[in-house]
Amino acid sequence: MSARITHRSGWARRLVVLAPYLWMAVFFAIPFLIVLRMSVSQNAIASPPYIPVFDPSAGFEGIKAFVGALSFGNFRNVFSDQIYIYAYLKSLEVALLSTTLLLLIGFPIAYGMARSPRALQPLLVMAVILPFWTAFLIRIYAWVNILQREGLLNDALLALKLINEPVAWLASDTAIYIGIVYSYLPFMVLPIYSALERLDESLLEAAADLGCPRWKAFWLVTLPLALPGVVAGALLCFIPVVGEFVIPDLLGGSATMMIGQALWVDFFSNLDWPAASALAIILLALLLVPIVLYQHMQARTLERGSRW
Amino acid sequence: MPENAAAATPLVSFDGLVKRFAGVPAVDGVSLDIRKGEFFALLGPSGCGKTTLLRMLAGFEIPDEGRILLDGEDIVPVPPYRRPVNMMFQSYALFPHLSVAGNVAFGLKQENLPRAEIEARVAEIMALVRIEPFAGRKPHQLSGGQRQRVALARALVKRPKVFLLDEPLAALDKKLRAQTQFELKELQRRLGLTFIIVTHDQEEAMIMADRIGVMDHGRLAQVGTPADIYERPSSRWVAEFIGEVNMLDGVVSSAGAVDTAAGRLPVAATMAAPGARVSVAIRPEKIRLAREGEPQSGIGLPGQIASIAYRGDMSFYAVTLDSGVELKVAVPHVARGMTEAKAGSRVVACVANDACVVLTQ
Repeated sequence: MSARITHRSGWARRLVVLAPYLWMAVFFAIPFLIVLRMSVSQNAIASPPYIPVFDPSAGFEGIKAFVGALSFGNFRNVFSDQIYIYAYLKSLEVALLSTTLLLLIGFPIAYGMARSPRALQPLLVMAVILPFWTAFLIRIYAWVNILQREGLLNDALLALKLINEPVAWLASDTAIYIGIVYSYLPFMVLPIYSALERLDESLLEAAADLGCPRWKAFWLVTLPLALPGVVAGALLCFIPVVGEFVIPDLLGGSATMMIGQALWVDFFSNLDWPAASALAIILLALLLVPIVLYQHMQARTLERGSRW
Repeated sequence: MPENAAAATPLVSFDGLVKRFAGVPAVDGVSLDIRKGEFFALLGPSGCGKTTLLRMLAGFEIPDEGRILLDGEDIVPVPPYRRPVNMMFQSYALFPHLSVAGNVAFGLKQENLPRAEIEARVAEIMALVRIEPFAGRKPHQLSGGQRQRVALARALVKRPKVFLLDEPLAALDKKLRAQTQFELKELQRRLGLTFIIVTHDQEEAMIMADRIGVMDHGRLAQVGTPADIYERPSSRWVAEFIGEVNMLDGVVSSAGAVDTAAGRLPVAATMAAPGARVSVAIRPEKIRLAREGEPQSGIGLPGQIASIAYRGDMSFYAVTLDSGVELKVAVPHVARGMTEAKAGSRVVACVANDACVVLTQ
């Protein structure tokens, strides 16, 4: 009987399976190919602002001319320009350090949430998500307000007599880190919380029963079981922070340039789409390792999660 | 002799234990001694406090009143990780991130034993419960029965003074459960350990335990051997909780007889004074059915068969006596083809005087 049902809905099943591939093709593969093609083109004052342009009417000769005109010159330029190299390194540094900060702040929050009374937990999850109800850009502008010379933070510190004169918070790396930690905290907290929340309390009792004090059970049981959540949270923060543009642009100083800013400058100020595309392709290559790692982790958690 | 000494001082002694949750007592004044090497079952319906009692012994709940003595020493202030007792959890609570061998070795690693000794003891216990073939597997790759044995090995490898089992067989199917009951009993005998098991299944408790503590509403209703509890229940509640029973209310007429709605029933000598209101409990298999006119033993109560439930090894009869009382009667099928009785047939229910138990509470 089940065979008949399968047969009858065969085309519908195929459509369901096809849908995500279609989505990936339209919104990932095609845009990626466009950027890839642009990255091996050359800058030109034209519309579109790059050459070569493929001319289908020229037939086979047209394809030959098009392929022959492609070059990796943009990539060579990136690797020979220190500004770009620094921008990449700066991005990785900011991403690494802010992910560490997010982990140090996010884990205790997630742990506290998971150990709160059951009835309270949906409320706490709500509180973590609540900032999303305000537009991202507005929240970052709010931080500009808080961190500026006559801002809330300096006012408060002066009133508390913790400082004698205003501190220049804004336009510094500190401001970037504050902005990133604030913006990305939910992405760190929620995966860790969901891993901890699933943790069976009787496992900790079993650990205690077998002679393991509470603090040790945290290392031997809680942490290993929360690890998929920790890795997911870390990658969910690390990957987008590497390419972050708005936060360093609004809160950071002119001395630091992250790769997202370099890309923006090339694209909008220099109108050099091919150079910007090359930067984007290299960024993607850099992030491929953590992205694949994340996918792998997700698959493993899924596989195990169903059996717990 | 050491055996006498062991019998004299109980291994575990609950002394006036009280535990309340949000003001409601879950365990309400339990005092109980458990001897070394005993297989003891805490039996009762869900919510009777049996699991709370076990968890207090393990150290997961702190009693509000009373003491818990282990080898004569009060262990209430001792945290669970320092108590020489180990528990097998109802959910098994196996560590999902550790292999079978890792789970079994977990407890020994906490004792900082030499590596070689840990390995030897883990191998020994895994052989004992026959889980070596799965040593490298993770818990989610095991069947329910295999998981149960891993949980067993993980606790037993610690060589606990008292081994606690919280509904150990609840997650197993019926056939595996029967086999495991036998294996647990055998294991306990071979290791000479003290087992305390919590169960709501009276059959399980009777098959495995040397003694049973029947619990109701946080109190011990009766403590005794399975036969004690079945044959000589101390109260109406225990008689009705364990097995099937016919319960007849009545008044003691003289020493050795109780007047009930079914008539005057012969009873073994009772402490209750004449005129006292009591109940008479009669197990269904203690009543014999005879045709009218057949020779009878004990007192004969005439009536009519209302229904018959065939169970293979026996049949369960509902008999409506002429007095209007309904009796449940179990008739074993000793010989083939003796069951020509049908619903509506006239019968005489024969009650011997040693079949009746007088209950005053």
